[in-house]
Formats: sequence, structure tokens, C-alpha cells
Amino acid sequence: MNAPNQSGWKPSAPVSHDGAHEGPETVTGNRALMLEEPLIFEIATPDTTGVDLPQPADDISSRLGGLKRDQAIGLPGLSEPETVRHYTRLSRQNYAIDLGLFPLGSCTMKHNPRLNEKVARMPGFADVHPLQPVDTVRGALEVMNELAHWLITLTGMHGVAMSPKAGAHGELCGILCIRAALEARGDARKVVLVPESAHGTNPATAAFAGYEVEDIPATKDGRVDLEALKARLGPDVAGVMITNPNTCGLFERDMKAISDAVHEAGGFVYCDGANFNAIVGKVRPGDLGVDAMHINLHKTFSTPHGGGGPGSGPVVLSEALSPFAPLPYTARTKDGQVHLIEEEGANAFSNEHFGGSMQSFGRMTAFHGQMGMFTRALTYILSHGADGLKQVAEDAVLNANYVLRACEDVLFAPFADSGPCMHEALFGDKNFGGDLTTLDLAKGMIDEGYHPMTMYFPLVVHGAMLIEPTETESKAALDQFIMALRSVASRAKDGDESLKQSPYYAPRRRLDETQAARKPLLSWIDGDTA
Amino acid sequence: MRYLPLTDTDRAEMLDVIGASTIDDLFVDVPEAARLDGPIEGLPLHASEMAVERHMRRLSKKNLAAADAPFFLGAGAYRHHVPASVDHIIQRGEFLTAYTPYQPEIAQGTLQMLFEFQTQVARLYGCAVANASMYDGSTACWEAVAMAGRVTKKKRVVLSGALHPHYAEVVRTMAKFTEDEIAGAAPALQAQPDNDGLITRIDEQTSCVVVQYPDILGRLPDVAKIADAAHEKGALLIVVNTEPVALGAIKSPGELGADIVVGEGQSIGVGLNFGGPYLGLFAVRDQKHVRQMPGRLCGETTDAEGKRGFVLTLSTREQHIRREKATSNICTNSGLCALAFSVHMTLLGEKGLRALAAENHRLTCLAADRLAKVPGVTVLNDTFFNEFTILVDGDARGIVRELAEDGVLAGVALSRLFPDKEDIARGILVAVTETTSEDDIDALCSALKEKLA
Repeated sequence: MNAPNQSGWKPSAPVSHDGAHEGPETVTGNRALMLEEPLIFEIATPDTTGVDLPQPADDISSRLGGLKRDQAIGLPGLSEPETVRHYTRLSRQNYAIDLGLFPLGSCTMKHNPRLNEKVARMPGFADVHPLQPVDTVRGALEVMNELAHWLITLTGMHGVAMSPKAGAHGELCGILCIRAALEARGDARKVVLVPESAHGTNPATAAFAGYEVEDIPATKDGRVDLEALKARLGPDVAGVMITNPNTCGLFERDMKAISDAVHEAGGFVYCDGANFNAIVGKVRPGDLGVDAMHINLHKTFSTPHGGGGPGSGPVVLSEALSPFAPLPYTARTKDGQVHLIEEEGANAFSNEHFGGSMQSFGRMTAFHGQMGMFTRALTYILSHGADGLKQVAEDAVLNANYVLRACEDVLFAPFADSGPCMHEALFGDKNFGGDLTTLDLAKGMIDEGYHPMTMYFPLVVHGAMLIEPTETESKAALDQFIMALRSVASRAKDGDESLKQSPYYAPRRRLDETQAARKPLLSWIDGDTA
Repeated sequence: MRYLPLTDTDRAEMLDVIGASTIDDLFVDVPEAARLDGPIEGLPLHASEMAVERHMRRLSKKNLAAADAPFFLGAGAYRHHVPASVDHIIQRGEFLTAYTPYQPEIAQGTLQMLFEFQTQVARLYGCAVANASMYDGSTACWEAVAMAGRVTKKKRVVLSGALHPHYAEVVRTMAKFTEDEIAGAAPALQAQPDNDGLITRIDEQTSCVVVQYPDILGRLPDVAKIADAAHEKGALLIVVNTEPVALGAIKSPGELGADIVVGEGQSIGVGLNFGGPYLGLFAVRDQKHVRQMPGRLCGETTDAEGKRGFVLTLSTREQHIRREKATSNICTNSGLCALAFSVHMTLLGEKGLRALAAENHRLTCLAADRLAKVPGVTVLNDTFFNEFTILVDGDARGIVRELAEDGVLAGVALSRLFPDKEDIARGILVAVTETTSEDDIDALCSALKEKLA
């Protein structure tokens, strides 16, 4: 179907970039509010400090056993006003969700509610030590358990491991549960099957857990080839890792049949839950035969990405895998009490309350997981409730389909004819003129004031562009984004060479990544650190 | 619903553009049998900001916050004062709500910060290069062990008995799946770390030796001697540090010969957070090892106009490029915690970090001396920085629990960390920082005196 151009935008001549609008150079290098900022090493001194502490006495009795530091560290210091200004200036060189639509596919860059931040900073959550006696942290354990209950119920699963620190850590947790379950039955399988369209973390995780990785072929409509998968299954296959909805933005219609086939062959099904936002409240992965799935609290449940973390990746587990979950974990007993189960007494507890022995595969991290993310995610979940979360999935899918249909006439949309997409719209570079690439279009979007979409992923589509608007964008925001995308796409289609030098208006022009990798400068070197 | 901008009119208009009559037309690929009709049963419906805040505050009040009690817990997580400006900066939306800096032209804020962070960590550790962070100290420790295997092509790992037992457990858990052989030893409750005992376990098949500095009992091992012994057998030395403030007072691990230095950065800027999110630090002494490092690295370069700028680099090590051949599967790390660390470290500077370390050590010496005078208490350590072990005449775990009921968070009972080691059931790990007042120390002394009387 062909969508009308909602915004009424009409292509105009490409913007001239011959410098006609440029004013004189400035001596500072600043351009009004676009401010250059040196490194702390260039502006600070070793004698400046932004904290008030007693000056150490020279003759303090030391128990350092001859290891007292006698060399300078080389740490620069700034006063508080200088520090605040340095980082505030840096912050202004960043794009962020707070500034505009952030259409990174498979990353779910949704609005981060500020109530989450307020709650996470309550002293009873932020200022509590992980090894305090359990009676002094009952509320923290209740948060973990309440969140666990939501995650289990929303996914229709049996149990959840809360400790994994991020999505990839959760994947590892799930695969290790599978391996432990197989080993418990004396079954040494060697292979994990992963579709080519998977996130890079999937094959890396399987390899890290000691498995050989083999590709699962895809059908022409962007989904797992069920027949080919069935043909490959056998006694050497430990399991499959499938992303659903997949990274082409499509729901795996055959998911249940895939799970049944894998189970029949004695394997387990791992589902990458990165795209859970599309289906939360609409369908439960447990009903589709999934054995393990990580949930990125920093995607679906709105905890901030923070420029690359921290994330949080709890893993929901089927009944078959739950006994192998890593320590520590929380459990509520019939008396309503929430317990923290660590190495000590895990078996006894399990026997007493759950009538079975615990076979945990071990421990994945020093403490109990990302408490700061648990409080934020639970706050978000309670805000939305069961009804709101369902609306989240529906609006996310609606927004993505709106973008897909509003742009499919100017951008090649490989799977658009096969039906609706889920939460993200996938395009390719097939129609581009000249030697323009996806990268050029992406950098052109920067000049229009947007963070680019996910580029060159998934690998199965040439010059892939994966757009996930999320549910927190208004129709007006989508219309403006569509207008910008249509404009840049048209320029790409017309072979507008000026795109090759974009961005023009960002704090930096294109950066030389080859130079960075060839001669890595990974640390500031100066002559006066001694 | 306050986080959803679409109105019903918008939804109807958009469905019309798409050519769908209902929202369920967009979910046709989900098998009908699995599709849920209404909201999932048994879960509450949406709630106002006020109602949610009230519920969460009620849960928060059920916890005893560290600030509300004389507080002496450590064992890998330390309470320090974090300046107010740190939290202000990490809450700026441009940092808080940004993604991993894959588009460097509009992520120079995060990238320059990471470059500064990497430099601060490298210098603190006495290393050439640090990465842009890991999840936490324990996972960084495992990644270091895995890296040593890649560098040395050997499989035998020697863990110090005085490595944090949870860190050792993470390594043991992962090694089960990678077929690394782990040689560990039980910790012995003695005044000095058993450097020689550790050295005798290093052999030609050893890929790495893992030593914690200061160790889990608060003692300072002879890292230089262990480094020499490891290098003699062709093994790498991994030093684990769980208290970065210590490195303001003691020699850096790199200076003492460590090849890989990893640790927990939570002390600087991050806070206690009941165990997470924390900040894994990872550095190598020699730049030649950089291509075997896990995680993201930020590097300096120039843009098309010749201006200095920063990018993520050497990504051919990473999962999104190398897939199953990557050095690690890590993707999201601890970016915002790295920012908190870097801001706090910038506020401290050389002068502030050294003063902070000195103040921690001064108060800890004072606490050790006062506790030593309490009848029934023995201070184990000869050496320590801001944490030491005491032995009490009685069941330490029970005493810690009872003191908590009286409002004193006395420390970490060693039996919580080493549940199977009966001989250390008398031990309590006591940490003292600049947040500990002399009144707090006296409160701990009198509470123990009363319990042990």
C-alpha cells in the first residue's frame, strides 16, 4: 500500500553547502552556544581540588607495610564551578532522547520517566549495602521480588534470575542454564544455532559458553526457515537463540513450531528479549515454548541508557531451567516472607520450600544485580500497570508501521509487502543514486537534528536502516521525523553528493575512524605528570 | 497514561494512513491462540505518579540506610561521600538519556568523558590503557582471566585464597564452561597474607595469578614479589582492587608489576545501591596487550576539518563486528557510572584523592586501636588501608545480626562470605571511611563490649 505524505512536505532543491551562510572564524573556536571544551588534563592542576578534606598530617602512623605511595598519580583536579562547567559544556555535544526522537532500531530509546530517578535515589534503596543483615533490607528484597513477579507474569514463565547486569550478561546466564540442564542429564551437546540476523552478542555469548555456533537460514520474508531448522536439529544441538520479534522487525510466526521441534530434538529455546517492547502485554513468550529469555530493563522498562549503561538483564526461565538459575536470588515463601538465597543453605531452602534440590550453575556477579535499575523498572511498571503496558506495545507497533508506510515510497522496504512490521521499520539502500550509502543518509539525518537509525544491521539486508520510534513519540514528532527522513532519502535517491560530507552542523564533522584504529591514542599523554 | 503522547484521534488517523482498521491488524503475525485479549490478569492497572511514589517510599522505609546508623560494611562495596555536583551532572538529560556513542559527531560529550575516564583509571592503576568500563569488579575479574588465557594460551588459573570469594565464585562458575582449571586455596586467618604459599602454586602451565590488593581480609600482599614469581613461569599477574580510594595511599598495581589490573570503581562517585549498578574497571600495563582487551575503547582522532575528536575504536575485537570470535560478549557496560566516577575523580584531583585516602587510613588506624582495647576483640591485621579483620570471642554472624537490631551496622561477618569455613566464623570485616565519625567508632566499641561481656 502507498501512504500519503502526511506532512505535506514537498522536495525542494538540495540545500547549498558552499559556505554562503558562514560567518567569520572566531578566535576561541566557539560558535555562540556551540562551545569547544578542552580536556581536564589541559585545564586542571594537581593542586586544585573541588572537595574540602583535612590535610593529612605528615607523621600519621601508617599500617601500609612499606607500600606507601611515593609517586604522583597524575590526576588533574578542578574546583566545583570549573567541574560543573566542564561537564555541562561536554553534555551539550551529545544527542539524547530528552532532545529528540532517537530511532535506533533494537535499542528501544524511549522516554526515561523522572519519577524513576527520584525513587532510585531514596536512601532506603541508594544508600544500602548489599551485605547488610537481611532484616535491615527487607524492603529492597521486596522490590526485587515484586519486580520478579511482574516479569514472570508478563512473560508467562516459571522463574527469573535477577542478577545479570545487562542484556549480554543475561544471554550468557540463559545459555549457561541450558548447558547446566543438559549436563545434569549427562548430555554433552556442542552446537548452538543462531540466525544470521541475530545481534552480535548472541554468537559471542554462545562461544563464550563453550559452544560452536552455526547459522540458521532465513526465508525470503525475513524469518527463520522452519524446515531448514528442523533438518539441522539433532542430538548435537544444545539449543537455538532466536530474537522475537526478530531484528527485521518481524514477529516469528512459527515460534511455537520452532520451540516444539527444538524440544522434540532434546534442545532448549533461548529467546533474545531485546525487542520485548513490541509484545509486552500482548503475548507471553512462555506460551510460545521459550525456555529462557533476557529482558533489557533499559529498553522495555525505561531505565536510562546513560550513554552506554548501566543496563540490567534479568532472565526469565521455564520450569525445566529454573532449578539451574544462578545465585543469589529471592524467593517468597508461603508465609509471605521474601528470602535472599545465597550459596549458604540454598539446597536446604529449596528442599524445604519447593520440594526439590537446587542445582544452580553458580554465580555471575559479586552481589544481587542492578538494584538501581530494579527500583526504576518497578516504578515504571507500576505506573503503566497491566493495561498501560499493553498500550505501550500497541503504540510502539503503531508508530513503527506509520513510519514504514509513510516512507516506503522513497526508501526500499524489503519486507513491507509481506505485512505489518512490529516495533521497528526496516529499510535498505537499494534505491540510492550515485555512490551514496546508508552512512551518508544517516549523517544527513544528523544535520536535520536527529540521531540516525541503526545502520548496517541486521546484516541480512544490504545497507540496512532499522528505525524504532517507540511509543513515547507523539504524532507531531513522528510527522516531523518523517518529513526529515523523506527529504534526506530523496536526496540519497537523487544522488545528492553533498550528503557525502554531512554532517555539516554537528559539533564535529565526520571523524577519521581509520586513523583512530591504526594508531590508537587511548589515554592522554602529557609531559608534566611527574 | 502520562508517558504515552498518542491520543485516540491520532491512533485512528494513523491506522487509516497505514490501511489497518484496528490495532490488532498490526499483530496478525502473532498466532491468534497466543494473543492476549485484555490486560494480563492478576496484575494491577496503571497508577498515578503520587500513588507509585507512595508505594515505593513505603518499601524504601523498610530498609535501614547506611546514613542512619554507625556503619562499618565493606567487603567490596564502600560508603563514601559523593559530592552533590556528581549527581547533578549524571542527571543531565544529555548524559542520562544518550545511547552508546556510535554516532561520534553527536556524542562528543560522552566520548571525551570516556577518554578522560580511561586516562584517570590508567593513571590510578599505573597502567598504559584502561577500557571504557565493565559491569562490575567481579565480572571484570573473570574477563581478565579469560584474556590471560588468550594471551598465554594456557589454561591453569591460580587464585589467591584472599580474593573476594564472590569474585572467585564468578571465575569458578565461568571456568566450568571454558574448561579452565582453577587452583584456589582457602584463606587462612593470619596477620600476613600467605605470599609464599601462593607463589608455590604457580607452575609452567599457569596462565595467570589473581591477587587482591588490599585483600579480602584488608591485608596488603607483596604484589611485587608475586609478580616476579608469575613472570618467571610465563604467567600474567592480575591484580584485583575493590577499593580505588586505597590507591591514593599505596603504590599502584602497575608499578608493582601487575600485567592486568581490574577492580570495582563503585567507591568513587557511584554509591552503595544495594550491590548495583557498579563500575568494573579494566586496564593493562603494556599497550601491546590492548587488542586482547574486552569491552569498549575510546580513542582520539580528528574530524574532516582537522579538529580533535573522539571515537569508539578497535571495535574489531567486539561482538557487533566479530560475533563468535569476539574477545567478550559485553555490549552495554557502565557508562553513566563511569561518568560519575570521572566527575568525582575530577573534583578530587591528585590533592583530593590523596587527602581522602589519608583521612580514610587515619580513621581506620584509630578504629583498629580502639577496637583492640575491647575485651574479647582481637585485630588480626598487621597491614591494612581502610578495612581490617577482627576476631571476636563468639559467633560473629550472630553478633553482627544482634548489633544491627540495636542500630549498629558493625561490618561483614566472614561466615557470610565463606559459609563453609568454620574456622573463620569468629571473624568480622570492619571498614572505615571518611563518612565514619569518631562517635560511630565509639558506638561500635561499646556495642561490642556489651555483647562480649
